[in-house]
Amino acid sequence: MRATSIRNKTSASLSRRRQINPRIWLIRHLQVALSSLGRLARTPFSSLMTIAVIGIALALPSGLHLMLSNIRTLSNSWDGAASISVYLVQTASDETAAELAKQLHTDPEISEVRVITRQQALTEFRQMSGFSGILSTLEENPLPAVLVVKPDQNLNDPGKAQNLATRLSALENVEFAQLDLQWVTRFHAITEIANRVVWVVASLLGLAVILIIVNTIRLEIQNRHAEIEISKLIGATDSFIRRPLLYSGAWYGLFGGLVSWLLVTLSLLLLSAPVSRLAGLYQSDFELAGIDFNIFILLLSSGALLGLAGSWIAVARHLHNIEPN
Amino acid sequence: MISFDNVSKRYPGGHDGVSNITLQIDPGEMVFLTGHSGAGKSTMLRLIALLERSTQGQVRVGGRNLTRLRRSEIPYHRREVGMIFQDHRLLHDRTVFDNVAMPLIVAGMGHNEVSRRVRAALDKVGLLQRERAYPITLSGGEQQRVGIARAVVSKPPVVLADEPTGNLDSELSQEIMELFQLFNQVGVTLLVATHDLELVRRLRKRTLVLNNGRLVQDHHSF
Repeated sequence: MRATSIRNKTSASLSRRRQINPRIWLIRHLQVALSSLGRLARTPFSSLMTIAVIGIALALPSGLHLMLSNIRTLSNSWDGAASISVYLVQTASDETAAELAKQLHTDPEISEVRVITRQQALTEFRQMSGFSGILSTLEENPLPAVLVVKPDQNLNDPGKAQNLATRLSALENVEFAQLDLQWVTRFHAITEIANRVVWVVASLLGLAVILIIVNTIRLEIQNRHAEIEISKLIGATDSFIRRPLLYSGAWYGLFGGLVSWLLVTLSLLLLSAPVSRLAGLYQSDFELAGIDFNIFILLLSSGALLGLAGSWIAVARHLHNIEPN
Repeated sequence: MISFDNVSKRYPGGHDGVSNITLQIDPGEMVFLTGHSGAGKSTMLRLIALLERSTQGQVRVGGRNLTRLRRSEIPYHRREVGMIFQDHRLLHDRTVFDNVAMPLIVAGMGHNEVSRRVRAALDKVGLLQRERAYPITLSGGEQQRVGIARAVVSKPPVVLADEPTGNLDSELSQEIMELFQLFNQVGVTLLVATHDLELVRRLRKRTLVLNNGRLVQDHHSF
């Protein structure tokens, strides 16, 4: 009789203890997160070393990515400037040119038309070329009138702009229309390759971050051998033992992300003055863009996720080896 | 409470920890387990706490068949079995309080409840004043009492002790045994492995004698 009552009590208490109050669960998580943080702080030198290595590994791809996106902004501003020069036939008068310009202005694929009259063309050529002496010996203006046509913004695809140029060439009084976009297309191809390179570098270094964290957490498991063993003895579940280690990994990654942001931002500060000086030489007001908020958050969260992944691997690999005896 | 049904444990390499053991321990019993070292005392305790699984036969604790228990259920089983070791197994980077609190924290108990129970357990073993001390600053007997407090703090129905007085002089051993009797009086089933036959004789409890992994004697009292 007594035996049964105690047995019932035992199994009842077993099921009761498995249900954990969600508030306590949350508090536990918070405590574990903070105590893992405290653990990192207790060995500041080795923690900082690990965090710095992770930071550098993450800074490389994010720095490359930033560089690439800056170059893209630059090339986008070139794309916008890409215009079609429509050379009229030599015999076309300025009136014909103005008439044609008016007509083209109504074209939906064209946003802007500027007329360079034959006289303007000559003046400009004199100023720019330095051949003013020779030009003045000519009896007749050898230059045709030119219409500078700016394709509509929606037409930033080089292929469509090329079609427009072909169409314009076929117009009456037009000698030929030239779209000088070939180098822009090439540039696009090069940035596409660079983009792939950034991804390859990012994947490799992401893998490196995971490996660094696997190793760090592996050492941590070794250091906490006694604690893990005793925890298992007194009935700690695997997830209970895993939790602080996973938090450690996530912290390493998060701080690594923060360090990489710091490194990239510092490098940018170093570069921004010479870059804007260079841009000034090209009459451009181009300025280096920094890491925006979204990328910042992405950097932190990918750091934390890589950390979590690394510690998960280490825990899965090494925790089972520790069994109490 | 604890039953062995023709249980054997053979270690890899052919060495037998225990062989063909059949016994029954009722709830609320206090039982000694004796025999020379290597006779299988520790193996029996390890089978009950599921630190090892039997290679043959069934071990049941509190109606639970340990042979069928899944790996993921082992922690919940261990929470029902308090363990006391000769070498105490305390964590030296934590205070007495934190050491004793571990089983409760592992079980997901709230802060207030933990404090209350840890203090009650420390009070029982007479170490309430030393809750902030680190184990290294305590004497061997005190450390063992911390280990005992940790084993009983979650009020497990079964407590196992493996040579709990192995390193203690007879006076301290007597104190530890008195503590065990105290727990036994409130209904805890105790299984104490020891080779201190003098102590066993004095306490007049049921005694199991092991020899080479076999149960050779089962006295209900001397």
